[in-house]
Amino acid sequence: MISIDVWNASVDFPIFDAKTRSLKKRVLGKVGGKIGTDSKVPIIEALHDINVSINSGDRIGLVGHNGAGKSTLLRLLSGIYEPTRGAARVRGRVAPVFDLGVGMDQEISGYENIMVRGLYLGMTRKQMEKRVDDIAEFTELGDYLAMPLRTYSTGMRVRLALGVVTSIDPEILLLDEGIGAVDAAFLNKARDRLVDLVKRSGLLVFASHQDDLLLELCTSAIWMDEGRMKMQGSLREVLTAYKGRDPYSNVSKETLERLEAPALSGD
Amino acid sequence: MSSGPPASDSRTLKRALADLSAGARQRELWGHLAWQDIKQRYRRSVLGPLWITLSMGITALGLGLLYSQLFDAEIGTFLPYITTGFIVWNFILGCLTEGTDTFISNEGLIKHLPAPLSVYVLRTVWRQSIMFAHNMIIYFIVIAIFWGSVTTPDYSITEGGMPQPGLNWGVLLAIPAFALIAVNAGWVVLLFGIASTRFRDIPQVVTSLINLLFFMTPIVWSTDILRDKFGESVGWRDLVAELNPLYHFIQLLRAPLIGNEQSWHHWAIVGAFTVVGWLLALLVLRNYRARVSYWV
Repeated sequence: MISIDVWNASVDFPIFDAKTRSLKKRVLGKVGGKIGTDSKVPIIEALHDINVSINSGDRIGLVGHNGAGKSTLLRLLSGIYEPTRGAARVRGRVAPVFDLGVGMDQEISGYENIMVRGLYLGMTRKQMEKRVDDIAEFTELGDYLAMPLRTYSTGMRVRLALGVVTSIDPEILLLDEGIGAVDAAFLNKARDRLVDLVKRSGLLVFASHQDDLLLELCTSAIWMDEGRMKMQGSLREVLTAYKGRDPYSNVSKETLERLEAPALSGD
Repeated sequence: MSSGPPASDSRTLKRALADLSAGARQRELWGHLAWQDIKQRYRRSVLGPLWITLSMGITALGLGLLYSQLFDAEIGTFLPYITTGFIVWNFILGCLTEGTDTFISNEGLIKHLPAPLSVYVLRTVWRQSIMFAHNMIIYFIVIAIFWGSVTTPDYSITEGGMPQPGLNWGVLLAIPAFALIAVNAGWVVLLFGIASTRFRDIPQVVTSLINLLFFMTPIVWSTDILRDKFGESVGWRDLVAELNPLYHFIQLLRAPLIGNEQSWHHWAIVGAFTVVGWLLALLVLRNYRARVSYWV
């Protein structure tokens, strides 16, 4: 049974090196979480009162402006951050694709990075060796896989990371906005694989600012604002409320038909 | 939301133990990462990881030659003593200094991929064990060269020192001795790693004290020299070694390796450190395991 349940969860970051004095005035800017100064160490209240229940088959988009807590929420859902208050329960094998600059070793080759990521995601070396060819074919990176990762462009890194997570049949797929860096042709290919994955097993949570990507991958959405969940509902409702206009208004008819199909079967 | 909000289990002993067992099961992951660390460090160098061996060889030779002259000791017995002590010390040093850095240096991975904390602990301990294995090559070379001196029954390291039984099958005790030291490395890395992530002064404190500790521990000198110099009036000076926990750790492994008399009290003291250290580390892991990703 694959699910993520979060009850009244908050995530507060202690900021040890910030000068308390400069934060004396309680900052309530538009960007970022609230900065509290109640304790000795200033804290950033990145998330509060998160209540969410995600089940197998769900494809959820996360929207909200910069610093609204999308990435932090993804890390909460992955189990990297355990809530400072409240509780969270993650059931299933998590495969995250977050910031692509970090979490990958710049100096080792693409092949070795595939291996390390696979091992991290709970695979054995043997299982990964079987999948390497499949990943190489899917990512279309070819001989580049023998090069150190520092020679890769951002898009190529996204391809590598997506190649790994889609090849291992993860149960919980968490994607941060970085994956928008790939070109349209690859995205089409990736979309089919991702939708297929979620259908077979598991769930997807995807944070993005790009409407087209969200429409391709998600059926429902959560709108994050200042670390709170402002709205949760179908993707169309949430995007309409967030953007102030219907996201489907500038989508061609063919695309619309294509998009509607998996959405209906998902519900 | 069928079962209602449960209490958070972030601070339970169950989760702490689950972290340890999950980490131990991901043997392929930390094994791979540790090897990669070593390969990474010597990438594009001609000798590669053999540099570990070579630099240990040079240091051991230099220290052995100098100190055997300073202490007027027979080189055939003193050089193996210094070399072995220095190899064991290097393992302890690596676990202490790199242990404080375990989670800090893995910040990127900790924030991007969910994995048990013990994976990073095992990665550090395994990396140090690989380096120890590389250094042991020097031990075997030195023992081969001075085979005659160290296998003589009743040999003494320095003139007038305690007579030692000489190298015999007791050398096999080195295996459980290393295992026990490696088990201790586990709690040291875990405890120091978590504490250093929160209090960034700890790595600096360790770095600044470690050199002093090296000279205070009988590695380049021996307790024989101390007793020889002060005779019966050694008194409190003997405590410099006896009160120093590192002396017991070093002696635990060094004594069987060079055929020295092994006193049972080293085993007892190191054993006590193992139990107390792991209890402390488990307590810290229980309470702060979930905080590490916030602190790094």
